[in-house]
Amino acid sequence: MATHPYLPIVVLLAGAIGFAVAPLALAWIWANKFSPQKPGPDKNAIYECGLETSGEAWVQFKPGYYLYAIIFLVFDVEAVFLLPFATAFSGFGAADCLAMLVFLFLLIAGLLWAYQKNVLTWS
Amino acid sequence: MDEALKVELGRQGVFATSLQELYNWGRRSSLWPLNFGLACCAIEMIATTMARYDLARFGAEVFRPSPRQADLMIVAGTITKKMAPQVVRLYNQMPEPKYVISMGACAISGGPFKQGYNVLKGIDRYIPVDIYIPGCPPRPEALIEGFMALQRKIDAQQLTGENRPRHLNAAEPSEFIVPKFGAHDLEPTQNPAIWHAPQLVNITLAPDETK
Repeated sequence: MATHPYLPIVVLLAGAIGFAVAPLALAWIWANKFSPQKPGPDKNAIYECGLETSGEAWVQFKPGYYLYAIIFLVFDVEAVFLLPFATAFSGFGAADCLAMLVFLFLLIAGLLWAYQKNVLTWS
Repeated sequence: MDEALKVELGRQGVFATSLQELYNWGRRSSLWPLNFGLACCAIEMIATTMARYDLARFGAEVFRPSPRQADLMIVAGTITKKMAPQVVRLYNQMPEPKYVISMGACAISGGPFKQGYNVLKGIDRYIPVDIYIPGCPPRPEALIEGFMALQRKIDAQQLTGENRPRHLNAAEPSEFIVPKFGAHDLEPTQNPAIWHAPQLVNITLAPDETK
């Protein structure tokens, strides 16, 4: 029997669409027959869990915190760079040494600034 | 369908069921609890989900962090008045059908903090509760027992008729009043539609029912 060569594809396509649509259709029929929809302001709210934010997002920070940033750079970041500096010390050229000394000088200046501001004393 | 006929068919290797049974079986076998705990009862709830007690045997291992995907709320612990509006709001945001297990003395009545000023005296003042599990805290076995009781309750629910559950009845609300912080207490202090103060009866004046 001669059939159209595309007939199997049409059959498969119908099967695939039915497979996808049938559960959705059944759920739709079920919802209409038995289970009424119950929307509400809380249920339709965009935000779901927890507390809604209150107040402004533009919070101001005290500028005095810059001292903490300087001390962090001096004692934490500098220490990280000093270790490779120490291990590679003998292989340095003059330019490398100068760059590293500039870096050290900047941070030492910060340390002096912090010392002058009395933030290093334990009160 | 006649129960005896169904048993007889089952003996002959024929499985018969109804749409209602299939629906209830599906609902009770995949209860997804909301992933939140309020106090020490939550530790027992967590233990229940772990390997030793294994709540996964009952199809409830998928604790959802979002109320949109959960259908069981296990109120596990003390509900402070600060927290009560959030709990009611989470309940309101859960899709139907939804169930509530009130776990532990605090969630039922306020427990040891009942006389305190800042603890809600039972979550059933604001949302309808299906199962109460007493204990302080209840052991994981007790939570499993309460869970199975909820499954039995779901199994017995009717699809149609007067006794059909809340979520199938269009007249029943899905959202409940979220209390607000008032000057001295939550406002309202309870949802009058679902909670009534127990009537105290003077038993010496009450009519004797044995006569």
